[in-house]
Amino acid sequence: AKLLLLFTCLFFVCLLGFLVQARTMRRFLRPGHDPVRERLKRELFQFNKTVEHGFPHQPSALGYSPFLHLMAIGTRSGAIKLYGAPGVEFVGLHEENNTVMQIHFIPDQCQLVTLLDDNSLHLWSLKQHSGASELWEDHRFTLKGPPGSPPSAAQITAVLPHSSREVLYLGTESGNIFVVELPSFGVLEDRTITSEAVLRWIPEDYCNRRSCELVEALQEHPKNPDQILIGYSRGLIVLWDRTSLSISFQQLENLSWQRDGSKFISCHYDGSYTQWPVSNDNRQSLPLENLVPYGPFPCKAISKIYWQTTRNGLPYIIFQGGMPRASYGDRHSISVIHGSQQIAFDFTSRVIDFFIIFSSEPTAEFDDPSAMVVLAEEELIVIDLKSAGWPAVHPPYLASLHCSAITCSHHVSNIPLKLWERIISAGSKQNVHFSNMPWPIDGGTNIAPDPPQRDLLLTGHEDGTVRFWDASGVCLHLLYKLSTVRVFLTDADPNDNMNTMGEDEWPPLRKVGTFDPYSDDPRLGIQKIYLCKYSGYLAVAGTAGQVLVMELNDEGAEHVVDHVEADLLQDQEGYRWKGHEKLKTRDGPVQFEAGFQPFVLVQCQPPAVVTSLALHSEWKLVAFGTSHGFGLFDHQQKRLVFVKCTLHPSDQLALEGPLSRVKSLKKSLRQSFRRIRRSRVSSRKRRGGGGNTSEVRGILQEMELAPVQRKIEARSAEDSFTGFVRTLYFADTFLRDSSRHCPSLWAGTNGGTVYAFCLRVPPAERRMDEPVRAEQAKEIQLMHRAPVVSILVLDGRNIPLPEPLEVAHDLSKSPDMQGSHQLLVVSEEQFKVFTLPKVSSKLKLKLTALEGCRVRKVMVANFGSCKTDDYNENDLAVLTNLGDIQIISLPFLKLQIRYPCIRKEDVSGIASCVFTKYGQGFYLISPSEFERFSLSTKWLVEPRCVVDVPEVSSNNHTHSRSVMENASRKSR
Amino acid sequence: MIGYADVHGDLLPINNDDNFFKAVSSAHPLLRVFIQRQDEVDYSNFGTNTLSRKKKALVTLRNDNLRRRPHINISMPHDFRPVSSIIDVDILPETHRRVRLYRHGCEKPLGFYIRDGTSVRVTPHGLEKVPGIFISRMVPGGLAESTGLLAVNDEVLEVNGIEVAGKTLDQVTDMMIANSHNLIITVKPANQRNNIIRSSRMSGSSGQSTDSTASHHSLPTSHVLQNFHPDEMESDEEADIVIEGGLEPQHIPKLHSLTSSSLSRINGSSLSHRLQRDLVLNNNSGRESNGSIHKLLSSLKTDPRHSLVIPRGGIEEDGTVITL
Repeated sequence: AKLLLLFTCLFFVCLLGFLVQARTMRRFLRPGHDPVRERLKRELFQFNKTVEHGFPHQPSALGYSPFLHLMAIGTRSGAIKLYGAPGVEFVGLHEENNTVMQIHFIPDQCQLVTLLDDNSLHLWSLKQHSGASELWEDHRFTLKGPPGSPPSAAQITAVLPHSSREVLYLGTESGNIFVVELPSFGVLEDRTITSEAVLRWIPEDYCNRRSCELVEALQEHPKNPDQILIGYSRGLIVLWDRTSLSISFQQLENLSWQRDGSKFISCHYDGSYTQWPVSNDNRQSLPLENLVPYGPFPCKAISKIYWQTTRNGLPYIIFQGGMPRASYGDRHSISVIHGSQQIAFDFTSRVIDFFIIFSSEPTAEFDDPSAMVVLAEEELIVIDLKSAGWPAVHPPYLASLHCSAITCSHHVSNIPLKLWERIISAGSKQNVHFSNMPWPIDGGTNIAPDPPQRDLLLTGHEDGTVRFWDASGVCLHLLYKLSTVRVFLTDADPNDNMNTMGEDEWPPLRKVGTFDPYSDDPRLGIQKIYLCKYSGYLAVAGTAGQVLVMELNDEGAEHVVDHVEADLLQDQEGYRWKGHEKLKTRDGPVQFEAGFQPFVLVQCQPPAVVTSLALHSEWKLVAFGTSHGFGLFDHQQKRLVFVKCTLHPSDQLALEGPLSRVKSLKKSLRQSFRRIRRSRVSSRKRRGGGGNTSEVRGILQEMELAPVQRKIEARSAEDSFTGFVRTLYFADTFLRDSSRHCPSLWAGTNGGTVYAFCLRVPPAERRMDEPVRAEQAKEIQLMHRAPVVSILVLDGRNIPLPEPLEVAHDLSKSPDMQGSHQLLVVSEEQFKVFTLPKVSSKLKLKLTALEGCRVRKVMVANFGSCKTDDYNENDLAVLTNLGDIQIISLPFLKLQIRYPCIRKEDVSGIASCVFTKYGQGFYLISPSEFERFSLSTKWLVEPRCVVDVPEVSSNNHTHSRSVMENASRKSR
Repeated sequence: MIGYADVHGDLLPINNDDNFFKAVSSAHPLLRVFIQRQDEVDYSNFGTNTLSRKKKALVTLRNDNLRRRPHINISMPHDFRPVSSIIDVDILPETHRRVRLYRHGCEKPLGFYIRDGTSVRVTPHGLEKVPGIFISRMVPGGLAESTGLLAVNDEVLEVNGIEVAGKTLDQVTDMMIANSHNLIITVKPANQRNNIIRSSRMSGSSGQSTDSTASHHSLPTSHVLQNFHPDEMESDEEADIVIEGGLEPQHIPKLHSLTSSSLSRINGSSLSHRLQRDLVLNNNSGRESNGSIHKLLSSLKTDPRHSLVIPRGGIEEDGTVITL
């Protein structure tokens, strides 16, 4: 009997073991233990930062290769970016993160040299690797002066890559010119041109003056590579090797050759330029022409000048600066003079550098400039010099995203072709003033596959505009710009137009560029955008509680915008809004240009910033929320369906408006500055290469000086801003009972409350006759009271409900209405799945309690396998306050994978992040640049391009041949 | 009901600060505390001349205690609940203290602040200074202060079992707030003189604080649990509240199920208190109240007396959600 018992026991143990094992297979294995899932994860997820869109922050240098047709931009953070034809771009980063001072391409090579502000030289080259070109740093070099000389002796001020491709001429602060070999950077001591050697040639009367001083400019003779034109800052110009001499008595700024080598031109500190002949006999030449173009009153320096010859004989004289000091000294201008035509292009920010695109064919007799490319501090401007009136060229990349500060962004994937074309056509009507010239910087070949779909990125701006960007591929470019300003009466003077200048104005300034950081009225700022790609309905909400619903119209039209006020406080009494006033609306019909035209305006009262927005284009409803409550508006009948006040009676702060927050804002600003300072200190320490412990000690000392304190307190209903509506969501689901589904509106607040409203939308045929009704069906209070950031309903197959009209357009399977639906509530701290219609908790994932991080952004993303086309799944893409990106599976809420993405100190970067529907994302790395990243193995938009060295054919390439001959002669 | 045996063996109640201090000051060598259910207390026994009978009772009680020593089980009667405890004494180094604060259902604020600081660690390379998180301030009257188990300058080592090392002040703050309903912090007390000394364990329930004054500022005092498993409390930690606002007639208000005992199970989370109040108000008189239910109802513009929907079962606690 005992034995039997034992066997029975054994049997049961085995059975139990088997059962446990079977169950473990699916449920109880910790992530990382299931090899099948692990392999699938590798096929689905992959993190890459793919491309930077927009305009480089704080550009500091510009270079151009007429040979490769590539442009290079250096920044103050040590980045170097190369651009060619649209889609051709490369990024490099100097390890030192120092400012890039100069960029010079090596003639006829895929190489360039950068000079940083730490006086180091870096040689970069484009190398082909598995079919695509890549930018690599080859060498670095720091010039050392002779032993015992001051550091300035080796401080490089001018760089000339010689056409022989073998050497670099380096002009220094001491006036000496060093010659280094490429690519080794070996100094050729015997070829150094010392200032003493130069001075020996100089007539006595000039010698009495100060020595040569720093080398301002180095230019090679266009025809004779043996001759180098040297310009010293005191005004001495030497043609070395011929040692002819030109002396001006004005401080020199820059030099430039004429194409035939017969003349050169110098520009000066006093706003003058001088043309000099190159004569064979005269040792000291006299100027041909000396002009102060904007004289006679004192002028600012001309810092750079070009003299471009043309077939018709009239040269283009193009120079930077030279404006009359007193009245126009603050302008950032570049003047173009061609015969009787003269325009001083007036830029919106400081000009960093510019270059001229001219005929690079060496046999061509004339320059025949076609375009001028200007790098200003905040934007890139290209001027078409061929077309009459010199219009600007619409750039395909390097768009100034920040022409007005970005306040929000919204991404829409997979735009239907029809809508795409209509937006482009609306945009093209706005771009008539641009030149038709093809983009002149066209080096390299884009070999990336065509973008898989048409994607739109919408950015809302502080000035009340929404910009529509083509975000399908590597080049983010502007399709269309929408302004909401017209609807409102603002203080801005409509006649304040810079371009309406009289014919005889002098100087002939013309404003170019779009950068305009000054908003007329901060209340116009756009806070939330929602575009329905199927219907073309667009909802836009702003800082002063304004919500506009718009429709796409292909023609310009004049109509009245219906105006409704939504009192979110309802019968709450005794509150006084101390914030800004609501925007005044324009009476009567308003003229709108083709594109999105508003037809209805809802203004929240109090006019607090709109914090959440949802649009249902099928039900023709728009929901909006502020810190006081939320409302539902029927934009078909133009009727407010209901409003709900979410305000806690004790929350005075929310009522008083943004002014009362200034104090806490100041405090948080101060703290973040303190944090920045601390991180700076630590990074400096690191660079100093001190010991590890001393570094830590340094940080600790800093901490002790500035102790920061944090209160530990459970959140309660009485906290401030609990009523702040964070998210709104429309869903057709089972809210009341499990047999009937109905339209519903969900709202989540900062205090962890979720409200659910049951909606009754009349059928289409009676849509105008019967009112839309709403009844509150549920109120859920999350006990951890963390802000609700997202609400989502999963259908019977655990798939998130489709977007409105998605099913109607046959782009999505209809949701499963047989199985039971589930509600996913994402708070900053937890993910929670509830059953529907009876809301009971089913599953949760704690984030903050276990990891110490909080959810900042969350979005459902669809991930496809890179191996098989028929597998895809929906997951949650999550960005935390630590800048980590996590992918969390649906519906089981298992953490799949985690990547560090944004520095946690980069608060604006984290705040600006948007995810796309297919596992990509964007965030701001500076006010003007979006970093694009991808979490998917399948949807990857990154530059892939080839830069081929153009064939150097010897028979008609005299210039090159002469270079070759020279080179061979030298080597002999 | 908490009582104590005075020097004469009389059973006396502890129900205010004065008799509590009296009890503490007169205790020598031991303070015998009696805990009885409120409804079982025979008030006539207190202080009366029932010495001999009580002595007997004392003896039996004490024997009972001794017998149960290996698995002492402090139950949680509904009449009172713990606010703090020292846990995991047997697995922690003696220099550390793991304190559990039961915020849930407590009207008191947690009441403390944390800050950055430097801590000295013993490493193979000798002493090393590393960044640490410290308690910087206690709010007078707060839960943290009233337990007497935490003090200014105590170093925070763990929050709910997760090490704090390498985390920023903001991260630790977020973790503590996220766990605020059931916060377990492991600290290295700045004052190491009050450490639990394991070798001199006096009773099965674990070591005692050697500082007799530290934890005796208010009632209820900290009690000591051993080998705490965090899952034990998982069930009551998050009671999200769902209010059904449906208006179907089949749902008739059934307020009789709203008994005090069922409410006390979710035990006074401020919201449920308010809910209870509001429910009562609405049902009895339909009077004005500023609670969320009333707002909800008024926004629907229906008669509050008929619209209040409580499904069968009233308040039920099914683990994580309380459905009214």
